[in-house]
Amino acid sequence: MIVVDARGDVCPVPVIKTKKALEEASERERVEVLVDNDIAFQNVQKYGNEVGNILSAEKKSEQEYHIVIEGKEKEDELKKQETNCIYVIRSNAMGVGDEALGKTLLKGFFYALTQVEGLPKKILFYNSGAYLTTSESESLEDIKYLESQGVEILTCGTCLDFYGLKDKLEVGNVTNMYAIVEAMNQADKIVTP
Amino acid sequence: MSKLPKFENPDLLVGIETSDDAAIYKINDEIAMIQTLDFFTPIVDDPYMFGQIAAANSLSDVWAMGGEPKVALNIVAFPSCLDPEILGEILRGGADKVKEAGAVLVGGHTIQDDEPKYGLSVSGFVHPNKIYKNYGCQVGDVLILTKQIGSGIINTAIKADMASKEAIEETQRVMASLNMKAKRVIEKYEVHACTDITGFGLIGHCLEMAEASKVGFELNPAEIPFMREAARYSKMGLIPAGAYKNKGYSMGKVEFDKLEEHIVDLLCDPQTSGGLLFSVKQEDKDKILEELKNAELETTCKIIGEVTENRGKVITFI
Repeated sequence: MIVVDARGDVCPVPVIKTKKALEEASERERVEVLVDNDIAFQNVQKYGNEVGNILSAEKKSEQEYHIVIEGKEKEDELKKQETNCIYVIRSNAMGVGDEALGKTLLKGFFYALTQVEGLPKKILFYNSGAYLTTSESESLEDIKYLESQGVEILTCGTCLDFYGLKDKLEVGNVTNMYAIVEAMNQADKIVTP
Repeated sequence: MSKLPKFENPDLLVGIETSDDAAIYKINDEIAMIQTLDFFTPIVDDPYMFGQIAAANSLSDVWAMGGEPKVALNIVAFPSCLDPEILGEILRGGADKVKEAGAVLVGGHTIQDDEPKYGLSVSGFVHPNKIYKNYGCQVGDVLILTKQIGSGIINTAIKADMASKEAIEETQRVMASLNMKAKRVIEKYEVHACTDITGFGLIGHCLEMAEASKVGFELNPAEIPFMREAARYSKMGLIPAGAYKNKGYSMGKVEFDKLEEHIVDLLCDPQTSGGLLFSVKQEDKDKILEELKNAELETTCKIIGEVTENRGKVITFI
């Protein structure tokens, strides 16, 4: 077990020390963090919950709090990153039904995607989905952000041509049917919102 | 503070008693003068950015009271061991913002100190009948927030060296942006109340406004704009001490049990140079939103809720 003494430290130092210890810890090794104030006690627990499991959290006195954290299995973490997941955007609306509603839903979908962990490797846009990566998109900022996080953004070139959007592409690259087929063949998981 | 002498003067329209950050003094029936002062220690490494943020924060008080800034003076503390060029950059950041605000900057005063500090003393004008108060919300009003929140949490993540480039960029851009454009749009409509969101966090300032107006607020958490990644850092416990203080103060008055904990922490997060919160008539909502859209703000401006009767808890959530 690694013991982290963060007594006398103020926010965010106890969280930084906890993070470092969990990174150094070997698999399944526990990290015990000592802090001396309630704010650090709460912040370290939040961090522990986010990156692993809290095994115990105890207030021993007004100036002494102990938290024991176990990191997540590192293998899991590795597996998650290796998953080749691609998202396919087939139209400029999400689901079948009212078009305006579908557009609002899709906009919300991309916003939500920027807020969660575990991003896809690629996002393919085809047919009217091609609108999403152009200057006519309402989700441009979110899609640009996803690209900045390493998500490959690919839009069907034929579709851009068809809708007269060729000069309006704002994010990612143009792709063709061979690349789309290849991406789909190689994917472990294909998600269609 | 209670031992300090009290000043009474019929021309002093807003003084210390309302815990506002500014004084308003009536000059004649057409003009009242707003006087404010605010300064703080660096919150970002880039001196030019720090100057802009400190100035945007100081100027904001004037718009929050319904006025327009006219004259500003620098207030500076600076260590002699640091390169004077750094000071030059801070002052340039401040001056650029004062210029953008349409006011004039005429020097100021610098003292030597161990830690740099910067801000402005700003004088502005407002019509005595058009001063915004932080009370006066009417049931049925909509609440408009002019900037996304989360700067306290992101600044904590920056201190922890855990913030992404995008999050840092957005936070600094938002903190440095002036509340001027949004105010100049909304002032064309009937403003029932206005306040600026700073140290008490969104929830603290909402509470202050609702309680002073003797009403309740019903907020829609899905519509409250957050800075990018603020939710993620909030989950990771990168939360400044002030947020816990704000939470403690508002417990019991806010329907927190309806929300996830990291959202509660975000709502309590103290803001630096935050947005303005307006209470305006429901029927003006669409026109205001349309105009705000055309004003091309650098920040996210949203209707975050409505004014209701006080239903026991002062602030409730949809």
